[in-house]
Amino acid sequence: MDFNDTQQEADFRQEARRWLEENAPKMADVKATDPIERAQAWQMMKYQAGWACLRWPKEYGGRGASAVESSIFSEEEGRVSVPVGAFTIGQGMAAPTMMQYASEEQKKQYLPRLASGEDIWCQLFSEPAGGSDLAALTTRSVRDGDDWVINGQKIWTSGAHYSDYGIMVTRSDPTVPKHKGLTYFFLDMKSAGIEIKPIKQISGDSNFNEVYFTDVRIPDSQRLGKVGEGWAVSMTTLMNERAAIAGGGPGLLSFEGAYALASELQIDDAPATQDRAVRNQLADWYCKESGLKYTFARTQSALSRGDTPGPENSIGKLVSAKKSQEIASFCIDLMEMVGASLSPEAGPYGGQFQNAYMGSPGGRIAGGSDEIMMNIIAERVLGLPQDIRVDKEVPFNEIPTGNK
Amino acid sequence: MNFEFSSEQNLLRDQAKSFLADKSPLRVARQVLEGESSHDAELWRSIAAMGWTATTIPEKYHGLGLGQLELCVIAEELGRALSPVPFSSSVYMATEALLLGGSEAQKEALLGKLAQGEAIGCMALAEQAGSLSPNSIQSTVSTGKLTGTKLMVADGDLADFAVVLAKSGDDCSLYLVDLNGDGVERETVATMDPSRSHARISFTAAEADLLGTAGDGFQLLAGVLDHAAVLYAFEQVAGAEACLDMAKEYALQRYAFGRPIASYQALKHRMAQMYVACVLARSNCYYGAWALSTRAAELPVAAATARVSATQAFKMCAEENIQIHGGMGFTWEFDCHLYYRRHKLLAVNIGSESFWKDRLITRIEAQKAAA
Repeated sequence: MDFNDTQQEADFRQEARRWLEENAPKMADVKATDPIERAQAWQMMKYQAGWACLRWPKEYGGRGASAVESSIFSEEEGRVSVPVGAFTIGQGMAAPTMMQYASEEQKKQYLPRLASGEDIWCQLFSEPAGGSDLAALTTRSVRDGDDWVINGQKIWTSGAHYSDYGIMVTRSDPTVPKHKGLTYFFLDMKSAGIEIKPIKQISGDSNFNEVYFTDVRIPDSQRLGKVGEGWAVSMTTLMNERAAIAGGGPGLLSFEGAYALASELQIDDAPATQDRAVRNQLADWYCKESGLKYTFARTQSALSRGDTPGPENSIGKLVSAKKSQEIASFCIDLMEMVGASLSPEAGPYGGQFQNAYMGSPGGRIAGGSDEIMMNIIAERVLGLPQDIRVDKEVPFNEIPTGNK
Repeated sequence: MNFEFSSEQNLLRDQAKSFLADKSPLRVARQVLEGESSHDAELWRSIAAMGWTATTIPEKYHGLGLGQLELCVIAEELGRALSPVPFSSSVYMATEALLLGGSEAQKEALLGKLAQGEAIGCMALAEQAGSLSPNSIQSTVSTGKLTGTKLMVADGDLADFAVVLAKSGDDCSLYLVDLNGDGVERETVATMDPSRSHARISFTAAEADLLGTAGDGFQLLAGVLDHAAVLYAFEQVAGAEACLDMAKEYALQRYAFGRPIASYQALKHRMAQMYVACVLARSNCYYGAWALSTRAAELPVAAATARVSATQAFKMCAEENIQIHGGMGFTWEFDCHLYYRRHKLLAVNIGSESFWKDRLITRIEAQKAAA
């Protein structure tokens, strides 16, 4: 057991740090102001220098690096100020699915453009009638010659309005039991018949969309997996989703963020950090973050062997999403009577914790709700039986769904 | 970076597990709990014969000179088995106190016997309910003689010597005291977990031999407690996992309303939360083990983190294990209460969760100040 870098890891870290320190400042010369364009500019710089999607094979735009090297680079990248985001779904979820199910030609065509940030992908899974019960989705795919014709609606699609491609799961056969009638595709988001409408969230932001499909045509060559086997393909995407969003390093809603705020506020004329109840609460979050950090580190060795991330990754999101909400709430309480203000008078962070609190319920729902995560742990890790199912062997078109 | 135990250490864990499955099944803990004896003397002799008591003692003092990681895997299995032996008092604490603060003569005199399991040591700290602070200590040493009373001394009724926290003048120091000598009265006390024996010890002008530097008692104690915190945490996390295993097995075979209770989401989610607590605690323990084994600068933070996390996990798992067992879990006959008792004992006898949380923040603040 050694939590320090080996010589080889230390050399790699040094090399990464040197490159980052030389190149991160170049972002100051990038003219674009749009956050996505800035993120794309940074991604392209990384790609051209061989620092994008480190664990991917070189022929697909990666570096062929180990999981440990990849996390070393992420740590080092976290130290410099560079734009991030927009690529989580494409690189973290679509790409692993493509690697497993796409043709060699498709991989060579699409993966390098994902690695370089030129293409942004979105995920079209959830539907109004199928959230936690994903397999209840009703968006239809009907074979027509060399194409499939898609009709229906998806919801909660992050970044649909700026995405180039999407991965989607559809119902190809409603007459068989629900998990057996699904088929998975990737598609061009500029295809005719796609309409995108933003959803206004409780925070007032719009990070997600509704996406409507009217006679959208997808070539059969863009099917991933066999007809009727879309559920298995979806599982590959979702296990990677949970790994992709399991992280969450230092930020506002962390031990460090809460400690920083507490040290600037007073309780009974002394810094809040001297209050025993505050200290206890801070320690609790520190222990959770530390536990997640080292759990993640332990799973790196499994990833280094090339394994698909296992269900144990479910704990990351489960713990950190709840913790984020708790931290935001606690920090608002520390501001006492001005706590609910969104203006700068609410203290040194002027509304940041308040806005974060309004965003935090989303973390406990997106990518598998807390309840789904606990089901996954209970069933796939602990081996406990599934709940009694009334929909298991019934043809899909005979099952009540959604609010019906 | 390597976040796992070596194959040799894993092998040692497997050996410890099968040894204890044979020599220390839960009924052994129950026999001590229900009986009059302070510990299982035969088990203690077998453990000493396995060399576990000698693990971290250097070879020059007749120990095995192995590392802390080996001790961690042994601690884990002792915690899982609830073994009724004075291992934590003698090995995690008394031995460590000697290694950290003992003079050459003190080490020569005691470490060899500790390694063989011939001598048993213990720690005598608390004198009243409430947190341990210099103001809470009334025991006094003057001209080498100790007078005062110590409460809840783990293994105090069977140990051969104690490491005692006492005042000389205004400052506190640690002292070695022969418990078989003059001026020592010990009385076994009733506790929540009688599978581990505790005593009240009254000293009246008992011979006391200074351990470490005079006046540095709390500082030396902090080092001993950091060491103990990591090892306690391994016992606790294994205890927590044992509770989860018990709960799971019971829920799978117990039927209600025509189906196994393990198929109800209310119970599945409870067990999922127990699992999460165990995983977080285990990962923190590994970090603590590494920090301990390398005496890393991070040890004070890592030890407190492991201790807090493992205390939380064991508490949750011991409590929920009874809940999942329902009425049967509340019977004397079922073993749930053995873990329930042990969790609470371990949660307080080197300082509570709140004590360690405060210590953790203090240490993080020290790191911030140094950075």
